[in-house]
Amino acid sequence: MAENVWILGIHMTRFGKYRDKDAVDLGAESALAAMADAGVTMQDIGVLSAGNLLGSVGFGQALQKQIGQTGIPVYNVGNACATGATALRVAVMAIKAGECDMGLAVGVEKLSGAGLLTGNARKEEGGPWVREGRFGEVAPLDGLIGTETMPGIFAQIGMEYAHRYGGADFELFARISEKNHAHSTLNPKAAYQKRMSLEEIMNDVMIAYPNTRAMCSANCDGAAAAVLVGEGKLRTLSQDQQRRAVKISASVLTSDPWRDGCQVLPDINTLTRQAAETAYEQAGIGPEDLDLVELHDCFASAELVHYDNLGLCEPGGAVEFFRSGAPWRGGRLPVNVSGGLQSKGHPISATGIANVWEVATHLRGEAGPRQIEGARVGLAHVIGLGSACGVHILEKAAV
Amino acid sequence: MDRVPLVDYLVLDDEPHLVAHECRGCGARYFDRRCACANCSGQEFRDVEVQRVGTLRTFTIVAFAAEGVKVPYVAGVIDCGGTAVRGNVVNVPPDPDQVRSGMKVRLTTVSVGVDPTGVEAVGFGFEPID
Repeated sequence: MAENVWILGIHMTRFGKYRDKDAVDLGAESALAAMADAGVTMQDIGVLSAGNLLGSVGFGQALQKQIGQTGIPVYNVGNACATGATALRVAVMAIKAGECDMGLAVGVEKLSGAGLLTGNARKEEGGPWVREGRFGEVAPLDGLIGTETMPGIFAQIGMEYAHRYGGADFELFARISEKNHAHSTLNPKAAYQKRMSLEEIMNDVMIAYPNTRAMCSANCDGAAAAVLVGEGKLRTLSQDQQRRAVKISASVLTSDPWRDGCQVLPDINTLTRQAAETAYEQAGIGPEDLDLVELHDCFASAELVHYDNLGLCEPGGAVEFFRSGAPWRGGRLPVNVSGGLQSKGHPISATGIANVWEVATHLRGEAGPRQIEGARVGLAHVIGLGSACGVHILEKAAV
Repeated sequence: MDRVPLVDYLVLDDEPHLVAHECRGCGARYFDRRCACANCSGQEFRDVEVQRVGTLRTFTIVAFAAEGVKVPYVAGVIDCGGTAVRGNVVNVPPDPDQVRSGMKVRLTTVSVGVDPTGVEAVGFGFEPID
């Protein structure tokens, strides 16, 4: 049995707009802060895994050149919005495999002003029709055969759930967003900390019904990094390091198992359900044991289906779960107390580590005014369309 | 006028229809060029005609899209007798009060444009059945 892996140090930058810093600057800031938090230096680190989707190939090496070139292996990882979780998972695997006893995972994105993340812009018109691609298409298909935009895809996923189980309408989706924007007011690291009324959310610019702009994840810049350590090594460290360490009770990454229709509209449900089930089994705990959850609310319509996918409610019971007030910070199982991707922001590759930072900070009792009192167990979830799903279950140290 | 289909799985004959590649091993259906089956890894496929009428499984009304994409429009997934098809819902106002999941729709063709040689590209959509 491979040894347990713990978070020794972790950090996220404030999310927002950084005009004077590039991805390497932000990654270095977070990596150095995570190592300071852990009480270690690059000399202690045995593996580096790094994710930065929009930057250069070899981002990890560029980062090393700013924080310490020690000759350790670097894994540059990419898995859409699950890139950060993938970086974390690579470091976990290296430690579990016994290749090293300490690893550093970093995720960064510069996404301010990126606008709509879509399939394809229209090509120049004018030439004769030419067949291209796997469908033999003579023109880009986004807009002609359905939608390839992220807001449109996730809107359909939420609407499908709404149709299947009933009870969800435009207003309900907007109320989920209202919760997350309210939560963000307590998070000084959120890109947006503005409480929004239901009316403001529903009357904001419509992007893809039922998601208005306020119900979409916010493009911004940001980085997050974590230092991971094997349990054997952890026990040789100081009492204070051991007390603040957070146990990774489950670390799971899944991809999309084939389901009928999954190549027509991405099925974000099946792989999330499988990741959650595997994670609960690994950790030996159930959703009823969780004190808080950070889930991938890239759109309000996505948050609803993930209540169900992560087993936070009975199958088909996501609407009732939300209406009960459970996922509000004062509720039975607070979800996205950070403000979620809709207000905290979503610098893609940073997100899968930033969610873990949020949960870990509560478990350490260091979340300040937004602390969930007595939090002992939490879950962080991300999904990258295509798809990759990362679920991490974290537990407070017993010492 | 000469016509070409927008995609090679649209067949423009007297009764335009969609054709899927069906795995001979497990029956999974696909619209793109295949290497093997994503479900059973089988490598033998046959072309099958997809039912022209179906039920709207889910939809969105896209109001904001890439430059050049005409908005608003209704995008959705249609269940055509058990085969999931991606497509726009056409000949209906892009209004959430006018479109509902579960509505019956049928395949229709839509002109995409004419190139300088006078060839028209023809796509498809699904329209409500009254």
